[in-house]
Amino acid sequence: MKNRSNPQPKIPGIQSAPRTDLPVLKPFTARAAGEVDDLLFSRWLTSTPAWAWLVLVLLIVVWPGVTAAATNYTMTQAFQALWRWIPFIVKDGFFYNVIISFFAMLIGTLVGVVLGLMQISPSGFIRLPAKIITQVFRNSPWLVLLFIVLLALPFEIEIGDKIIRIPDWMKAVFGLCLPIMANISEVVRGAINSVPSGQWEASESLAYTRQQTLWQVILPQCFKRMIPPWMNWYAILTMATPLCSLLGVEELITLSRQAIEAENNRPELLVPFYGFALLIFFAYCYPIARATIALERRFAVKL
Amino acid sequence: MLEAFMEFFRQLADDHPRWNFIFFHEPRQWARIVKGLQYTLWLSVACVFLSVIIGVVGAWMQNSPSKWVRGIVQGYIQFFRNTPPFVQLLFFYFALGQFTPAVTGPDGWTEIPIISNVGWAIISLSMFAGAFNVEIFRSGIEAVPESTQEAADALGFTRLQTYKEVVLPLAFRVSLPALNNNLVNLVKTTTQAIGIAVPELLYQCVSIWNDYPSALYPTMLLLFVSFIILVGILVFGMHRWEQNARIPGYGG
Amino acid sequence: MNQVPWSDDQPIVSIKDVHKSFGDLEVLKGISMDVMKGEVVCIIGPSGSGKSTLIRCINALNDIQSGSIEVEGIEVNDKKLNKLELRKKVGMVFQQYNLFPHKTAIENVMMAPIKVLKQSPKEVEDIARNLIKKVRLEGKENSYPGELSGGQQQRVAIARSLAMNPDVMLFDEVTAALDPETVKEVLVTIKDLAEEGMTCMLVTHEMGFAKEIADHIYFTDRGVIVEHGSPATFFDNAKDERTKEFLSQIL
Repeated sequence: MKNRSNPQPKIPGIQSAPRTDLPVLKPFTARAAGEVDDLLFSRWLTSTPAWAWLVLVLLIVVWPGVTAAATNYTMTQAFQALWRWIPFIVKDGFFYNVIISFFAMLIGTLVGVVLGLMQISPSGFIRLPAKIITQVFRNSPWLVLLFIVLLALPFEIEIGDKIIRIPDWMKAVFGLCLPIMANISEVVRGAINSVPSGQWEASESLAYTRQQTLWQVILPQCFKRMIPPWMNWYAILTMATPLCSLLGVEELITLSRQAIEAENNRPELLVPFYGFALLIFFAYCYPIARATIALERRFAVKL
Repeated sequence: MLEAFMEFFRQLADDHPRWNFIFFHEPRQWARIVKGLQYTLWLSVACVFLSVIIGVVGAWMQNSPSKWVRGIVQGYIQFFRNTPPFVQLLFFYFALGQFTPAVTGPDGWTEIPIISNVGWAIISLSMFAGAFNVEIFRSGIEAVPESTQEAADALGFTRLQTYKEVVLPLAFRVSLPALNNNLVNLVKTTTQAIGIAVPELLYQCVSIWNDYPSALYPTMLLLFVSFIILVGILVFGMHRWEQNARIPGYGG
Repeated sequence: MNQVPWSDDQPIVSIKDVHKSFGDLEVLKGISMDVMKGEVVCIIGPSGSGKSTLIRCINALNDIQSGSIEVEGIEVNDKKLNKLELRKKVGMVFQQYNLFPHKTAIENVMMAPIKVLKQSPKEVEDIARNLIKKVRLEGKENSYPGELSGGQQQRVAIARSLAMNPDVMLFDEVTAALDPETVKEVLVTIKDLAEEGMTCMLVTHEMGFAKEIADHIYFTDRGVIVEHGSPATFFDNAKDERTKEFLSQIL
């Protein structure tokens, strides 16, 4: 046993001993140890200082003034135009962003959990396809997946003699749920793997079957650990929904473009409208990110 | 050999009208694919390179004693991390592009902006990835214990020497996994440049299947497989790099 | 930079009424001591008494609020201190070895003379090999710190400081983080150094070792020097109550 008269300094939250007696690198969070931080996105969204957004708002307000100097389209007119269009953009535009993100998350989570559980299966036949699917969809660009799904899926299905038209946003949901399910599968796998192997061994020696161990011992412990990364992915997903506009899905960006065209394409409108888009996304994602960080703190893992 | 290859796909197209691998048997379409690949690779390489430089410089600036410098870096990071990269691309090209000067083309009439859409794509994506890199490098630098820096100090190293010889090599090894993740992400994000009409791979494939609807499925397949391979190579290469950079006693 | 001409008959390290605070907490409350060239000085005392802080102040790793520290005539408290000059004269070995993990043992030893003293790699390599042989680590030149035991790493750290050819060596509780078995190998190395005439200042808990090699022992408690003397007078005839209490707890 090491005879230390001067123990390592205590770091709040870390109860375990450093992994090596070589004091090369500080024993600290996953971030510093080189692993990818699950909550990278949420952490930085919440740590946005208020002044950064103040600057952005100021920029949006001042910009039309700058361009207005050159034309006779005044700043007030630009903001009046924006004000007129906001109800339309939000109700018929952002609403769909939220719907798409909601359903994509729902389906993605359900399938992702299944895939994650498949990835830890002892049987190679189940594990390998799950692993391949996860890696394939994790490493594909989201936009490519969207294109493929939106163009390959038929836009109407025939059931009997009824023809059901699948709206564009539904196809977008399928397109976006693919990378989400892959990433959730990784979250699940990571959470299960982070449970100490001692738990498996203890359950085994108590004659639990593998299924019982998984559902009654391991998963209840994982559940809390999975929630923050899951919420983090939801925020990322929401930020990715504007990509659908490239495929003609009616959502915030598409409608903003249409509004600008309806207002005769004045360049002074670009910054207010897109600035508004940025702000509304931020307003939606910021509380989620805050809740994520708060939950992570509450569920902090004590090793 | 090549002729037989092309003939095979022509036959396939005749037999199965929906599986027209047109880019395999028509040299012009193949040229498009190649052009798209070139643009994707060019974008990826340029953005990776620039974003790493931005990351190193930004991490250095974050340690600056001046509050203004630190504030600027923080503002930059917050803006580029909390907004969708697609919207950043649009903003750079449309909003900022308005203000770049233009030179008159060879025909004496067309106005060619100094920074093309490809240029803006590179700038926007590099700054996007650079913002993440600053944080990654900063965590790496923070992970080097002060005591090691002190030991270098006690040996008489100047601050710059300490950074170069001790802090940066160690910080780099710590940052490597997160950096790899970020770079892979960057390569995937280059597809979004289609929004400003950069003729990269996705754009070319979309043009092909718009011109030849019968080639829809094969082109999608090609697109999908290409990115899997591209990202796969990058991930594999990065993994090898991580293995080579290992130092005994650290990591598990 | 204040450099007073210095000769061998003056103290090589002269500490006069040094006060040091960390914020509101005063850690050194008026420490004075003189160390002559070739002397081996041990500083002992309970945790928090300021021993490590004092040692670090000598090497300008911490600054002092008042008082003066002179090393070979160089005033350490001077705002215009040329740290490079100081560090060439003073070598320091830390409790946590602090070797550079990405360099081999011999590279660790060679780094500073090449980069700081701008000596040629060829001559530095010879010196480095000799030093490694001296600390009895022949054969381990090309090992990385991660492959060496704690005691071996500490000895490489000693060799690393010696490569700068200092006149004073500071040891800050260098054996505190080691196994009892490996403590001995490090102590033997320090003893060799002392016998060769190196001026050494040690902060240590190893009473037996202190008794064996020290020319002078200082006992600090709560920021002041309570008592000091040669090992004989110190251990057997301690005068102050606090000293006696401390000694009875350890011996």
